[in-house]
Amino acid sequence: MSFSGNEELVCRSLSLPGTSLGSRRWFLARAGIAGLEFVAGPSWAGETVSLPFPSEPRGRPITNAFPEKGSLILQRTRPPLLETPMKVFDDGVLTPNDKFYVRWHWAVIPEAVEVDKFQLAVRGHVGMVLSLSLDEILKMPRVELVAVNQCSGNSRGYFQPRVPGAQWSNGAMGNARWTGVRLKDVLNRAGVKAGASRVRFNGLDTPVVDGAPDFMKSLDIDHALDGEVMIAFAMNGEQLPLLNGFPLRLIVPGWYSTYWVKMLNDIEVLDRPDDSFWMAAAYTIPDTPFANVRPGEVGVKLVPINRMGPRSFVTNIEDGSKIAAGSSVNARGIAFGGDAGVAKVEFSSDAGRTWQPTKLGADFGKYSFRRWEIDFTSVKSGDQTLMVKCTNTDNAVQPEWANWNPSGFMRSVVESVRVTAA
Amino acid sequence: MRGYLLMTVLMISSPTMLATASGNDVQSLKSVKVELPESDRQFPGGAAADAINNNCLACHSVAMVLNQPALSKTAWEAEVKKMINVYKAPIDQADVEGIVSYLVQKLGER
Repeated sequence: MSFSGNEELVCRSLSLPGTSLGSRRWFLARAGIAGLEFVAGPSWAGETVSLPFPSEPRGRPITNAFPEKGSLILQRTRPPLLETPMKVFDDGVLTPNDKFYVRWHWAVIPEAVEVDKFQLAVRGHVGMVLSLSLDEILKMPRVELVAVNQCSGNSRGYFQPRVPGAQWSNGAMGNARWTGVRLKDVLNRAGVKAGASRVRFNGLDTPVVDGAPDFMKSLDIDHALDGEVMIAFAMNGEQLPLLNGFPLRLIVPGWYSTYWVKMLNDIEVLDRPDDSFWMAAAYTIPDTPFANVRPGEVGVKLVPINRMGPRSFVTNIEDGSKIAAGSSVNARGIAFGGDAGVAKVEFSSDAGRTWQPTKLGADFGKYSFRRWEIDFTSVKSGDQTLMVKCTNTDNAVQPEWANWNPSGFMRSVVESVRVTAA
Repeated sequence: MRGYLLMTVLMISSPTMLATASGNDVQSLKSVKVELPESDRQFPGGAAADAINNNCLACHSVAMVLNQPALSKTAWEAEVKKMINVYKAPIDQADVEGIVSYLVQKLGER
């Protein structure tokens, strides 16, 4: 009868042909701690986290019940919403596949993909309709890049006033090395006809209810042919986890993850605008700087969400933690420029009154996370607010005020971490 | 000089470097078969939860709802309307009021 928890009883089994995991199956136990139900697994410890949202509910269980996935924050069992804990971003600049966040719209997700049967269709306004096997795709010229994948609604739980939707903390993002083929090469193989306007992407997932809108996204033809948009078959050197889109996923560097269609099996070239639901109605933002509006504001022009902007995070000091007083303290974290590289990351240990440049880590390319680091002096006693701010190579900078819109998209504000020196 | 070379070797074999493995070595993919977890959880609250339990668990598990912050009646009405009109949730019109009042009252109590 407790409403303080959001935990669900889940079970899993996983089988990967040719691996020792083939017949392993975990069933879960129910635990009555504090009236909550917990997910159990091989290393179940009943662990929960408290996400520092402005209001309840803040508690979430840690789950390891999902196939090909390690310990993640359980936001929803079905369809899965799994969040990457911030400490994962402290471990390295690339997010391991088993710790990479998961987000699905519809609950009908194929649980098996046979590589010999899978086909990628390319159709519509093209000279020749294609049906490509995975073998054919793997034989095409390859490209590789490191890029951040971030959910449009990452950090939605921090919006004030609060808004409905997946209540993510800051972990609906990840950074991986993607390997695949250029979308441009695949489209050229089919031969895009003159007059093409959009390219629409669909995956194997489908709605539960008949008549509900299938999840599809589209890009302008020029964007689709820019040579950067990729169809990936590998993530950090390995095939993608099923929950991250095995066997193929669209990679749209610098753009929000809603375009990175998972389990991609259908590409349709359109000779007209895309008026389907997930482009025309869902995932739209106010056409204003940082998609910002006042709560209750009406009559604002809406456009499809698109490029990401710069963001930065402290990864080694948690909000609300205690630090040694009057001493030198190391702060570090990650930043990304969005659709451009990281130019600089600045740090403030006095709630934004003064800023110091930080030392940047290795550069993995303009679309990647970049590590930053600085030593600061903690106050002699009491509270201290740490802030971190990224400026990208196009001179876009994070705002020091919290942008807001009713969908909870594109949170961009300079983040703060409150600590107590003692 | 020898020390410098050793340092280079250590840097190359650090976990961060290993994590940057290229996918260019991937020559084939392996079929995958998994079983995704199910949730058997129902909305708590006895008879007051009947409407929401009977209508809202086909498409998503309870956490989607129980993780939401307290929202106004207007906001919850808009959410339920969206589920019906846009996402085609087959919700009996007679149950709408019961669902909305559960959401407003029970989630507002926290």
